[in-house]
Amino acid sequence: MKVPEQVPRLSAVFAVAIAGLVAARSLLLPETFGKLGHYRAAAIDSVAARPTKYAGQQACAACHDDVATRRAAGNHRGVSCEVCHGPEQAHVDAPLEVKPPAPRDRGFCPLCHAYNPSRPTGFPQIDPVAHNPLKPCITCHDPHAPVPPVVPGECSACHGQIARQKALSHHANLPCTTCHQAPQQHKVAPRTVRPTKPTERSFCGRCHAEGSSGPPEAPRINLAEHNPRYLCWQCHYPHYPEAR
Amino acid sequence: MADEAPQPDGASRGLPVVDRRQFVQEALKACAAGCPVILAVFALPAATAQEPGRGGYDPSEHWYGMGIDIQKCIGCGRCVAACKAENEVPPDAHHFNTWVERYVIHDDGEVTVDSPNGGFDGFPPPESEAGIRRTFFVPKLCNHCANPPCVQVCPVGATFSTPDGVVLVDEAYCIGCRYCIQACPYGARWFHPTKHVAAKCTFCYHRLVKGLLPACVEACPTGARVFGEVAQRATPLARFTRMNDIQVLKPHLNTKPKVYYANLDVEVR
Repeated sequence: MKVPEQVPRLSAVFAVAIAGLVAARSLLLPETFGKLGHYRAAAIDSVAARPTKYAGQQACAACHDDVATRRAAGNHRGVSCEVCHGPEQAHVDAPLEVKPPAPRDRGFCPLCHAYNPSRPTGFPQIDPVAHNPLKPCITCHDPHAPVPPVVPGECSACHGQIARQKALSHHANLPCTTCHQAPQQHKVAPRTVRPTKPTERSFCGRCHAEGSSGPPEAPRINLAEHNPRYLCWQCHYPHYPEAR
Repeated sequence: MADEAPQPDGASRGLPVVDRRQFVQEALKACAAGCPVILAVFALPAATAQEPGRGGYDPSEHWYGMGIDIQKCIGCGRCVAACKAENEVPPDAHHFNTWVERYVIHDDGEVTVDSPNGGFDGFPPPESEAGIRRTFFVPKLCNHCANPPCVQVCPVGATFSTPDGVVLVDEAYCIGCRYCIQACPYGARWFHPTKHVAAKCTFCYHRLVKGLLPACVEACPTGARVFGEVAQRATPLARFTRMNDIQVLKPHLNTKPKVYYANLDVEVR
């Protein structure tokens, strides 16, 4: 069969087109494009070759094993060194030239430990305004092994002077909660959240008013006539009452 | 058919007459001859692909994901700071690979979400706790989806999933069209203001190949972030997904995210 004339002509056109495609593809496509998928495989290497800034926990412990041991036994055992000291790869590469920063001011610790209602319940938090103001945290707390915050079981833990006076007074047998209700938050923010105080004369009158049902040895007064302009504790000091 | 057809125009002009059967046969032969050329151009490079050499690191052994425990996040923002330092993210309030959101659900059901400077400087406490029903922090980052919409829309193949399950951007190949930023349902991508390419979380790929953890995981003081292998059984992430009730963000989009949240609230989007 004779090959029709248009077949070789068209073939030539196709051959030129295909050759052009091959040439253009080899020229334009990056070398590694398509090796692993529809992308430049070499891009993975360029991302992987970026420098690291954070050296990692193990790098610190290799030299500072004393601090690492102390930290591993304390409440900051889950806090890696670079959380506070910042990225340390430069320090690892040149230990003497590059010294890691250590945050010593009051501004840093509250990033984690300032009271915030969004924080999970039970995470140790303080009110940075009221909690020993102006003192750097590290004067009382060792950041590498912080002492657990002891929640006071008794009011006397903080209010020792009052407790000692009251123990000598006629009110020695009255627990603090007879007159005060301390919100739980008072332990966290003692100066901003304060316990209650009696707000009415009739409160003291439950024992000290004429005809009240209090213990017989309690001194009695006429509530209506006895300086009615004042609350009792504005004149008497209930933790060490002087009357009788 | 050909016998009944009228004489083709070609015969009157002296050109060779080809009937339909002959033409199809010739065309098929030409195609068969051309196939090896096309295959050689398009298919063979893929067939001869080799793993790029990165001393001792084999991507086929890994399939990465991250776990985040909402109940452990204290909103200190150390992950945000670490990520910015490690990855040289612009230090302004508009570009983040990872950021922390604060959710506040009020008594009337209203939900407010804020993220001042991405949580970089921590969160100031609210002026009043009155009317707040519950509130918590949610760290966010690229979900490194197994079915990533950002990769699908890239017109030039500049963003891709690596064999170990990390979605990366080829900075040398990106044309800066921002399609991927539009396509990401999690808002995890951003446009680099000086490089003029799309940028995103890399799971700190440059650290993974060295056997290190991502910077945000390294910097998390409470262990709220867990990083590791999705598929293997005896790994921290596998334990995390075994021991917790897990949710992912926007599961209905079928992106198959690989960032797994524990104790996630229903209001988190």
